[in-house]
Amino acid sequence: MTDTIDDRKQRYKKVAYYPGCALEGSAQPYDISTRAVGKHLGLQLEDVKDWNCCGAMEVKNVDPEIQTYLSSRVMSQAKNKNGTDVVMAPCNGCYHNLKKAEYDIANKPKSKETVEKISAKAGHEAYHEGEVETIHALDWIKWGYGEEELRAKIKGGLKGLKVANYYGCMYTRPRHIFPEKGLGGDSESLTKPHYMDDLLAVAGAENVDFPLKTACCGGAHSLSDSDMSTKLVLNILEAAEAAGAEVIATECPTCHSGLEMHQIRALKRLSKDTNVKVVYFTQLLGLAMGMSPRKLGIHANVSKSIPLLKERGIA
Amino acid sequence: MTRTIAQIEEWLESGTRAADPLDHAGELVKAGEEVLENWIVAHGGTPTEETRENFRLLALHRQGARGDPSFNACRETCREIAYHYNLVKLEAAEDRGQDTVAMMRLVTKHLVLFIGGKLKEAGLGDFCCSSRSLRSKPDRKVDYLGV
Repeated sequence: MTDTIDDRKQRYKKVAYYPGCALEGSAQPYDISTRAVGKHLGLQLEDVKDWNCCGAMEVKNVDPEIQTYLSSRVMSQAKNKNGTDVVMAPCNGCYHNLKKAEYDIANKPKSKETVEKISAKAGHEAYHEGEVETIHALDWIKWGYGEEELRAKIKGGLKGLKVANYYGCMYTRPRHIFPEKGLGGDSESLTKPHYMDDLLAVAGAENVDFPLKTACCGGAHSLSDSDMSTKLVLNILEAAEAAGAEVIATECPTCHSGLEMHQIRALKRLSKDTNVKVVYFTQLLGLAMGMSPRKLGIHANVSKSIPLLKERGIA
Repeated sequence: MTRTIAQIEEWLESGTRAADPLDHAGELVKAGEEVLENWIVAHGGTPTEETRENFRLLALHRQGARGDPSFNACRETCREIAYHYNLVKLEAAEDRGQDTVAMMRLVTKHLVLFIGGKLKEAGLGDFCCSSRSLRSKPDRKVDYLGV
């Protein structure tokens, strides 16, 4: 897309919001803090009307064409029912799946055919390539509000809180579904993503060098081989602590709950205790702007970060 | 002789290491290479002796990823190992490097855990970021490790 920063800011001011299933369930604090921060910044969210599952990981691995259809319907709803051309998905899984559907419809005739066929059967408009732009919550705040404007909103800030930013695997992989990334300049990096680092630095955090920011956490194997996931997560937590982090910032509900749950499991199963706290980046941004922990759903996180945040004078 | 993944994991857990940070960094690069050799041999290939950007580790990763997009989930981990090695080399000249090599050890451990995990559960990395369905075949544009 060749629009200017101002064009993009205008377009992202009001977007269709696709919370997906996680943000309405296990990741409610992410939903609460995303909405609260958006409202505080004057960014408008309108839920995608009558949204459905994106196909998540399960459908995609059984029948990728059905997953493409499911994700395409979300984009079709945004376009035809909400009347918007931007969908914002804070969940990496949803974001990734909508991006993948966009790529498949544009590049795979079979996917396009399936989408048109099922859409006709279901009685709604089929989604066509390029009708909407799917963005992540990080894009939404970074470009819809702007870093300099955000700086002006900071009240108190994060006071040098040491943060390891964990992006997980689905935010940048596979590369081909994210054609707007890795272009240099102000585009997001595919190998060392930095948008979350950028926003939290503006909010007063001290981002630590964290080499495992896109490393696999074994998320999808949490149930089939929990020990493997626990070991992978424990290593991520230990690396964050070794880097000096007090907090791991997340931007994905699956990563977030995996880190929280396996931190507890590592203590139980492997007698390995780690103390780093896990907090959504939207919660940290909200705190930096002077919002209360309760308003940001921090009390509902499994990882108990409030004592640390109080001790540091942030909450 | 190439150690098994279990032996490498045990070595990493044991705390045994060369006293000099740069020597230890070399041990970690070697451990990463051995892990990748295990993967390639298990898939019927012959580990390459070539290098990429002066690292055999990176050439081995490239070889291991052929035909299996999910293997790209450890691409950045391999690159971080190479990056940390270069950093330790730079810092060693100034008598530093202890912290960097400690972090490099954790990054190497991640590679060991990921590939060790993938050898047990081929689907590791498949269900998330590779977007490959259970039914789809490996990419036909590339050789599948000579199998």
